Amino acid sequence: MKHIISLLMENEAGALSRVAGLFSARGYNIESLTVAVTEDPTLSRMTIVTAGSDEVIEQIIKQLNKLVDVVKVLDLNDGKYIERELMLVKVKASTNFKDEMKRMCDIFRGRIIDVADNSYTIELTGSCSKLDAFLEAIDKTAILETVRTGASGIGRGDRILKI
Amino acid sequence: MFRVHHLIVKNQGFMDSQNNNPTSANKDVINTNPTITGAEIVIRCLNEEKVKFVFGYPGGAVLHIYDEIYKQNGFKHILVRHEQAAVHAADAYSRATGTVGVALVTSGPGATNAVTGIATAYMDSIPLVVISGQVPVPAIGLDAFQEVDMVGVTRPCVKHNFLVKDVKDIAATIKKAFYIAATGRPGPVVVDIPKDITAHLAEYIYPKTVEMRSYNPVLKGHSGQIKKAIKLLLEAKRPMIYTGGGLVLGDGSHELVKLARALNYPVTNTLMGLGGYPATDKQFVGMLGMHGSYEANMAMQNCDVLIAVGARFDDRVIGDPKDFLSKKRTIIHIDVDPSSISKRVKIDVPIVGHVQSVLSEMNELLAAENTSNDISAWWKQIDEWRGVKSMVYTNSDIVIKPQYVIEKLWEVTKGEAYVTSDVGQHQMWAAQYYKFDQPRRWINSGGLGTMGVGLPYAMGCQFADKNAQVACVTGEGSIQMNIQELSTCAQYGLPIKVIMLNNRYLGMVRQWQEFFYENRYSESYMDSLPDFVKLAESYGHVGMKITNPADVEGALKEAFAKKDKFVFMDFITDQDENVFPMIAAGKGLSEMVLKKDNKERHED
Repeated sequence: MKHIISLLMENEAGALSRVAGLFSARGYNIESLTVAVTEDPTLSRMTIVTAGSDEVIEQIIKQLNKLVDVVKVLDLNDGKYIERELMLVKVKASTNFKDEMKRMCDIFRGRIIDVADNSYTIELTGSCSKLDAFLEAIDKTAILETVRTGASGIGRGDRILKI
Repeated sequence: MFRVHHLIVKNQGFMDSQNNNPTSANKDVINTNPTITGAEIVIRCLNEEKVKFVFGYPGGAVLHIYDEIYKQNGFKHILVRHEQAAVHAADAYSRATGTVGVALVTSGPGATNAVTGIATAYMDSIPLVVISGQVPVPAIGLDAFQEVDMVGVTRPCVKHNFLVKDVKDIAATIKKAFYIAATGRPGPVVVDIPKDITAHLAEYIYPKTVEMRSYNPVLKGHSGQIKKAIKLLLEAKRPMIYTGGGLVLGDGSHELVKLARALNYPVTNTLMGLGGYPATDKQFVGMLGMHGSYEANMAMQNCDVLIAVGARFDDRVIGDPKDFLSKKRTIIHIDVDPSSISKRVKIDVPIVGHVQSVLSEMNELLAAENTSNDISAWWKQIDEWRGVKSMVYTNSDIVIKPQYVIEKLWEVTKGEAYVTSDVGQHQMWAAQYYKFDQPRRWINSGGLGTMGVGLPYAMGCQFADKNAQVACVTGEGSIQMNIQELSTCAQYGLPIKVIMLNNRYLGMVRQWQEFFYENRYSESYMDSLPDFVKLAESYGHVGMKITNPADVEGALKEAFAKKDKFVFMDFITDQDENVFPMIAAGKGLSEMVLKKDNKERHED
């Protein structure tokens, strides 16, 4: 099953590679990983999207907690959460396709952020599955390039990951 | 030059503003001084930690540090002949004493040579601080001479590692390194220090304590869980106590003995846990696992309540978790590392905590309960399994049986020696036939299975206890992996006794080739062996070659009588001997293969 794990770690050189190394050394699946500094510059926050049986997820959480640089780990799937990912898609926008592309973009609440002679660049934010759905919905031959950030997650309401 | 100057100026302005990083050691200072070099800071930190021995090997990147070693008279530096041996010796010193072992190596090849030692310590959770030199900060990443990314290379096999890029961080980093290495589930910590940092100047401030928001090892176990465990143990019909290296490392042996005796329950130790419970005690059913005793494995398989203490159900103990779980039992697991719990085998009552503290709490509860649990039927069953006598072997008066050598070694040393071993058949025979009654006496590479540890391990033990009898049980394959240390032993006059079981084969490889590869002995025969007697003598040691079974005991007595001499004993042993009993890799505990002589008695 897919899990979104959030963690806070010391914002130190090499901290990211410890997490990435743990996943590859122990053969854990990693679908996406995003990391950036938090409002407290000594802390980084990471969101890892992974998949595995309950036992594997339990081990992943334990192994992450064991890393000396990791301050706190939260499995967002243990409660309610929000997940967002940003995707930029460059699509062919020849005269015949322009209207159709604009329409699809509107349906998915995306924005066209760059227009060139023959292409649009669309910005789309949402859950990973919404971004997948958009790519499914548009004409695949029109896709020139995609780039995704990987998911960021946050607990709903009072679920707060803070030290 | 600019950099040094810059730092001096900066230091003067920042005397009291060390700690704006919340993870750094706190502000308590125990010493203030004018500025000194990073190298001198390293030395003073090690002396502050009351380090007695540093095992190391000099090189370009650590020359400043070695210059300070020359000038100081705190710890003693032990010059090995290969960095791998430095780390192994520090590792054994730690295993024997329970303190943090320290090794010092140079950058590049010095650092990579140390990696096997570090990985060995990591797998067995041994607390070490390994200080490695690094190329100067401005040269890092430029493929400089003797540069290797030590932090990157060791990341998967350390508990934690540091690259120190500012002289002001050296003291706090070393303090943290010792703290991290020794607390929680222990392990090796690498501190990589670039050469220029050891020349820079800073004030020496050694923090008294360490506080890290990201690292807070659990000490006390959950009392509710402990109560639950006691209740389960007292209700058990077929209880079993299974202890591992964690019990030894956590100094919980005394409490475990108390608990086991109060309950009168059977105890088995893992390979790493030998000595955790006295092997000569009647409640001890022997080592379990791949080459464990029949009674230990059968009791493990058939028990109804199992308590695991500092053991991790690894693949050499539980080859097939599915087979193990096919029998219903309730499992209690005490471990300081939560990730060891339910890793391979699902646990019913997990207790995360320091084994000594948890066991002592259990003993208190048990004493208050004041009840006993009669398990005579279970003991009757265990005694029946004991009757199989799975460790019996057929001795010979023509060829030396390796098991016989170990039995005699145990007798001659009265079971009190530090016994180190290398890896292979001889390791298993040492584990099976030397009855360890005390913890921290059996020193071997259980997790990583590193050939070549035996001799440096013996060095570490001898430094730990200079008057102790130290025996290195090895084979002619393993010993050659660190044979250069004969020279170190000569330099420091270490009276180690090497018990080499020489069967001219890589015995364990040969055994597997016999069993699983239809006797195709691919590259497992050892040709062109040196004359070990002459080799030992060339270093000024005593060499002995023993070929006759009748001479085994006398030779051992003679060797151990030479209290101030290193004696290398080359025992020419039976080439065809195999280690039994055996559970093939990936098989269940009830799928044991016994020796031919007692196969007919094999039940189940």
